[in-house]
Amino acid sequence: MSVVDSGYLDVDALLRLAEAQHAFVSRRSFLQLLTVAGGGLVLALHSSESRAVADTTAAPAGFAPNAFVRIAPDGTVVVYAKIPEVGQGVKTSLPMIVAEELDVDWSQVRIEQAAINPTVYGRQTAGGTRSTPTNWMPLRQAGATARLMLVNAAAKRWNVAGAELKTERGEVLHPSSGRRLRYGELTTLAASLPLPDPSRVKLKERSQFKLLGRRIGGVDNRAIVTGQPLFGIDMELPGLLFATYTKCPAVGGTVVKVNAAEIKRLPGVRDVFVLEGNGKPAEVMPGVAIVATSTWAAMAAQRKLTIEWDETSASKDSWNAAVAQARELAKVSGADTLRSSGNVTSAFDGAQHRVDAFYSYPFIAHAPLEPQNCTAHFKNGSIELWAPTQSPDRALPTLAALLGIPESKVTIHQQRGGGGFGRRLINDVMCEAALIAQRVKGPVKLQWTREDDMEHDFYRVGGFHAFKGGVDEQGKLVAWADHFVTFTADGNTPTSGGDMPAEEFPALLVLNVQLTQTKLPLKIPTGPWRAPRSNSIAFAVQSFLHELSTAAGKDHLEFLLQLMGEPRWLPPQTEFALNTGRAANVIKLAAEKSGWGSPLPQGRGRGLAFHFSHAGHFAEVADVSVDANRKLTVHRVTVAGDIGPIINRSGAENQCEGSVIDGFSAMLGQEIAIENGRIEPSNFDRYPLLRINHAPPVDVHFIESDNPPTGAGEPALPPVAPAICNAIFAACGHRVRSLPLTREGFNV
Amino acid sequence: MKLNINGRDHEVTGLDEATPLLWVLRDALGLKGTKYGCGIAQCGACTVHLNGAPVRSCSLPLTAARGQRITTIEGLAAGDELHPLQEAWIEQDVPQCGYCQAGQLMSAAALLRRTPKPTDAEIDQAMAGNLCRCGTYLRIRAAIHAAAARTQTKADASA
Repeated sequence: MSVVDSGYLDVDALLRLAEAQHAFVSRRSFLQLLTVAGGGLVLALHSSESRAVADTTAAPAGFAPNAFVRIAPDGTVVVYAKIPEVGQGVKTSLPMIVAEELDVDWSQVRIEQAAINPTVYGRQTAGGTRSTPTNWMPLRQAGATARLMLVNAAAKRWNVAGAELKTERGEVLHPSSGRRLRYGELTTLAASLPLPDPSRVKLKERSQFKLLGRRIGGVDNRAIVTGQPLFGIDMELPGLLFATYTKCPAVGGTVVKVNAAEIKRLPGVRDVFVLEGNGKPAEVMPGVAIVATSTWAAMAAQRKLTIEWDETSASKDSWNAAVAQARELAKVSGADTLRSSGNVTSAFDGAQHRVDAFYSYPFIAHAPLEPQNCTAHFKNGSIELWAPTQSPDRALPTLAALLGIPESKVTIHQQRGGGGFGRRLINDVMCEAALIAQRVKGPVKLQWTREDDMEHDFYRVGGFHAFKGGVDEQGKLVAWADHFVTFTADGNTPTSGGDMPAEEFPALLVLNVQLTQTKLPLKIPTGPWRAPRSNSIAFAVQSFLHELSTAAGKDHLEFLLQLMGEPRWLPPQTEFALNTGRAANVIKLAAEKSGWGSPLPQGRGRGLAFHFSHAGHFAEVADVSVDANRKLTVHRVTVAGDIGPIINRSGAENQCEGSVIDGFSAMLGQEIAIENGRIEPSNFDRYPLLRINHAPPVDVHFIESDNPPTGAGEPALPPVAPAICNAIFAACGHRVRSLPLTREGFNV
Repeated sequence: MKLNINGRDHEVTGLDEATPLLWVLRDALGLKGTKYGCGIAQCGACTVHLNGAPVRSCSLPLTAARGQRITTIEGLAAGDELHPLQEAWIEQDVPQCGYCQAGQLMSAAALLRRTPKPTDAEIDQAMAGNLCRCGTYLRIRAAIHAAAARTQTKADASA
């Protein structure tokens, strides 16, 4: 007998199963509403009275109608935050959605980080700016269902129709009789009632929102400012040991010899051993583990390691060699054709203005401020881990396979992450910690140094674009070609973050387009970096568009609006696709708010750029000055974004401000040098992150259209680089086609 | 060896004298608020006060801390009463990931003690050693101004 049938748990079958196991299951038991991956609803039976239950989720005290809400008899409302928090604000914003529909005051709510249980919570990955759009409706449904059950309980208690009742700030009211009951007083009764039919659960209208759209402070703020232990690195356990893990500076090297005996004699060192790994950079590469009694003992010992590496299979990658190759390749078309529409050759021939340009951007590092770490305890064939990961749900099967144990024996505790930016989507440090933990009695915290973190990143891949663009007499863009030179790890597909879709902007808006691609081999691991692909492609594309409007003598604002044309959804024409009307609106708003068109003194200029990514339409204007020594001052960046209704206004603004600073930081002075497979630099003394004294003022304006809400974590970043480069051109006539700016002679 | 942290004496034994104060605080004394970001005094996440002055604890050996008055983020508040900077940080919703903020607050607290009403330029200079990877600089600046104003208002009120 199957209790699971196409995603729905057969409740009758489950009851029969439980009874067959001599478990007493009360008919008054409350049902738990579960959400499975993909957004479907599953009912699982739980009983607080039974001795053996068929489902695995534990029963907390109070009324817990689903995995997102628990209301205690004293009225405390706990909302569970399902998505990892790495600074993007979802630990605050997603529970706000539940609280809004539940109709409680924010001051009544306590947030707890949810357990890692994808069966119950669905996707628990913080990436792709997916958390808001995918959880919006399920969380509203969860909050509203709980509210309806409380209303039904009050209706039963007072023997009135539910339609006569209202809710307000954690209370159910019967206006005509003046009676009121707090949610806490209704928990037992509510728990005994059947789950309402989901189609009967009414959601609020936007006009009824009391919480959503307000500026709400981050739920961990007080703990953060008082130095409470929240992050992965702060994990503390009785008997905890500390480890470092040292890999070959060129990825793929294996250990030949290590001075283990010498290291073992150093203060605090308990063990030194070699792990062979499994050859997968995203899991475990060969290296030397040191286990010690303190972090410093492990790190100090690491500095004394002498390792002989076999680099036969290791990376020999060279950025300079790639640059030389790309420049040669730029002279011809690419090996792969991504898109060919219309006739670019004749369109170029007939164009009034034609521009050719070669753009490049380097590899850059993620450098989250908390270096990678993971605490793990392997015991009796089971493992428990504490990690500041962005993808704990994906780690579960990976770790199970790596250790050869069932997933049910892997428990992951989500810690707060000191920055993610995409780096923490890859769980290599968790895999390393797991294998080290197998060799240690008791818990062990694997702590990467900053140098480890920068030398063993999954970098934002560099790339090259050989553009050709043609504009007609009216200044309209009529022909667009790009030979995109990128990298491949497997020889077939572009490396992570290094692919360019065939629909890449502005392909869908131009009649004659040719996009080709050549892939150079690369062993260095690359990975998603905030707004993958877009963070670099936007620099090239949106700057080159400005080269074309400039060649045509056309104001860039007019040029972009003309390019957008009639308001319409572009393919794939879903609610999350690019809409040229929404695009035009943010472009116009950014222009208006920045004073576009008003005169500026010599040496000062404005640059406008638009980019659509992660379902967010964003346009930005940078106002900069450049002096005779190429000293750059960014006076202001004006951001206009459309991500639908704003959930937490303070959080969304913070994300946009942070994106501008992140984008400026990356383009200004960041680059990773790769020579003979080795990475440089490996710390902040030579990898300059932007500091407070160069942070420009940022104004953020949202257009809160009626489209479904999407996230703010990534889409405000891509327009920053082209906006600033376009402004630099306006200010001093120099066209930046290669990043970082410091290489072009700019300084701040 | 005796260390004075946040007004209390702590006895630390068995540690190498060259151990950076950062790791003594975090591992030996269990004070996790002070963070590790780079280990070479470039990021400021490890900032504590040494006799009231801001120092990068990742680069301060244990011996240099002996007999000195050390203040960490855990000692910034006076019991339950938060420092005006901590209140301003909450009011302005400064943090994103939050990892750098203890160091930011310690540098800011030292600044306000020296310069109760700093200008933007004075803030930039005092805070330039504290990196924020998430880019909360604008809010940090606003919160420092707010805390300065709040302190001014309190001082005026009790004058």
